[in-house]
Amino acid sequence: MGRVVLVTGISRDIARRFARAAASDPSIDRVVGVDVVPPRGDIGEVSFVRADIRTPVIAKVLAKEDVDTVVHMSVIATPGSAGGRNTMKELNVMGTMQLLAACQKAPGVERVVVKSTTTVYGASSRDPAMFTEEMGPKRLPSSGYAKDVYEVEGYVRGFARRRPDVAVTMIRAANVIGPHVSSPITSYFRLPVIPRILGFDPRLQFLHEEDLLAVLRHAAVAGPPGTYNVAGDGILMLSQAVRRLGKPSVALPAVAVGRLGSALRQARMADFSPEQLGFLTYGRGVDTTRMRAELGFEPRFTTASAFADFGVSLGVSPRGPHGPAGPALAGVPSEARRG
Amino acid sequence: MAESRRPRDEGADVVPIGTSGRPGRGTGRQRPSAAARNLAPQSRKGSVPRPVRATGPAAPGAQGPTPAPASGDATGARPAARTEERHPLAGIPVTDWLEAFQHAAVELFGDEWERRLAELMAFMRRRLTGDYTVDEYGFDPEVTERFLMAALRPIAQKWFRVEVRGVDNIPATGGALVVSNHSGTVPVDGLMTMVAVHDATGRFLRPLGADLVFKLPVVSSLARRSGATLACSEDAERMLSGGELVGVWPEGFKGIGKPFSERYKLQRFGRGGFVSAALRTGVPIVPLSVVGAEEIYPLVGNIPSLARLLGVPYIPITPLFPWLGPLGMVPLPSKWLLEFGEPIRTDEYDAVEAEDPMLVFDVTDQVRETIQQTLYTLLRERDSVFR
Repeated sequence: MGRVVLVTGISRDIARRFARAAASDPSIDRVVGVDVVPPRGDIGEVSFVRADIRTPVIAKVLAKEDVDTVVHMSVIATPGSAGGRNTMKELNVMGTMQLLAACQKAPGVERVVVKSTTTVYGASSRDPAMFTEEMGPKRLPSSGYAKDVYEVEGYVRGFARRRPDVAVTMIRAANVIGPHVSSPITSYFRLPVIPRILGFDPRLQFLHEEDLLAVLRHAAVAGPPGTYNVAGDGILMLSQAVRRLGKPSVALPAVAVGRLGSALRQARMADFSPEQLGFLTYGRGVDTTRMRAELGFEPRFTTASAFADFGVSLGVSPRGPHGPAGPALAGVPSEARRG
Repeated sequence: MAESRRPRDEGADVVPIGTSGRPGRGTGRQRPSAAARNLAPQSRKGSVPRPVRATGPAAPGAQGPTPAPASGDATGARPAARTEERHPLAGIPVTDWLEAFQHAAVELFGDEWERRLAELMAFMRRRLTGDYTVDEYGFDPEVTERFLMAALRPIAQKWFRVEVRGVDNIPATGGALVVSNHSGTVPVDGLMTMVAVHDATGRFLRPLGADLVFKLPVVSSLARRSGATLACSEDAERMLSGGELVGVWPEGFKGIGKPFSERYKLQRFGRGGFVSAALRTGVPIVPLSVVGAEEIYPLVGNIPSLARLLGVPYIPITPLFPWLGPLGMVPLPSKWLLEFGEPIRTDEYDAVEAEDPMLVFDVTDQVRETIQQTLYTLLRERDSVFR
């Protein structure tokens, strides 16, 4: 018997693409997409049901469509796209609560996959270099996306306790990057001049959008229950990332960057959230040992190659802004080039 | 003169022009004589009153006292009046430039300058395009070696004259924990230890720093780049099990911020977290005693209220700081001794015993006593603070 997968938040591009990819998977019978607004792009064989996950209607959808796998992807990071911070919080927290309540009442549900984020670990000067899945944030997030995700994860853990027969897989994805992603971090790198925080050079980790789709599919089909950090290998420093893009950057004191961020947000040029300021100050790294050992997933892109792929979409040639090994180096012996 | 030596391409009859000191053309005092003018071929008539530029030895003399053009006309004998302002670089041929450049390169990089220069260019290019890798803690070995170590080495060798003993006690491979006393108001001892370890063994010492280090701008990015990470058990164990040589200063701010009167008296060694990390990962603990760092900034006072206001552990007052301003920040040139003691093995305990607080306290005391005793021995050996 094939599976029936329910995908929430399908109006957003990444969920729509996941749903399409899942529909083409042979072990998946049918894919149902749910959202309050219909998806813009082509959804192929995915059937779309217009339902609000903040209302009990979602329970009826689960029962009627005979869903056995729920992929929850509608935890959103950008208040701009949702129509304000209040709506965003409603969608994220209330939506998850209703969805999980519906899942708890639905006997057919066997598997729940939640797309979470490493933002849940926060970013501070007291952070360990690499977060493992057991660690929590050093300071509880007080507002914004990070707080939403923290609460959502709490509800998901509660659900996993109450329904031990359901396999609950939580994917904590690092900052997703790629040519089609629009998120706070991609809009930050798309700015013509990149503001940096004076005297700090955060460590960044990226996950390519294709790897995100692949890991969600892997989790929906075969994922063992548990919480997993998912990120590309390696680390990029922000200064390094900016140089790889070949863009100018300007270092400003943290206060000025915060002001600039809120100005940009009001001008709708970039979704520069306050918790991103912490991230751009202290950075974050997550340990992905468990992703390989237990989840059995191997990302195709490293942090550096995912970022390079994103850079290509911004018009940066793959070998850096000056083209592949400039003419100045043509005569250099290869050993010197390595040294 | 220079003119006479240069062959001209006008056919067979090369006419030497010049008077070899006799009155006439070339002296710069008179117009060339009629005889001299007749000697010159007709085709080159226009160039007879030659501009003085690029005529070799004659040029400086002609250029010296330049009279006003009007008076020059009156006497009718000043070709120098017609000279243009000579560009300082115009007279130097390209080959000379190349030669000077080559000399400079040899002076700077030695005989293999071509390779070295290419390396430097490749390095600059890598840095500018971000084409380098850092490890998961943000450690950038290339920049640490080329800039940080290169900048600190003269200070270690010339200013503090650091003497290192017991280098053999540092394991050549695998994880190890170097535990050191901490002193000197500003953690210069950590930097000097990094240089000393790198120069003696070729390994990078990865320091564990207080969270204040990672809160301060500039310091935080420098610290990560030079291989430091936060002093917490997660990072310590991660680094040690990754086979790194980790440095820890368990006295922390109590150690560097203690008054000068308490110099070389070890403070409490934290809560022994470093010992449990070593026990869990089974790496040896190398005790390190540093003599000399206490005297670089003798701390005689503190402004606790200002320190609280700024959120730092102390605001130091030394005999020179803040009285002399920036000059007071120059450390006193004390003579330093670094002695690495015999490693304390922890692999005979199993990881479960790391949970036994009594064992952790015992090992902590053992490390602390070793360092304290070595400090006393070194102090007895030293004849003077500055020699």
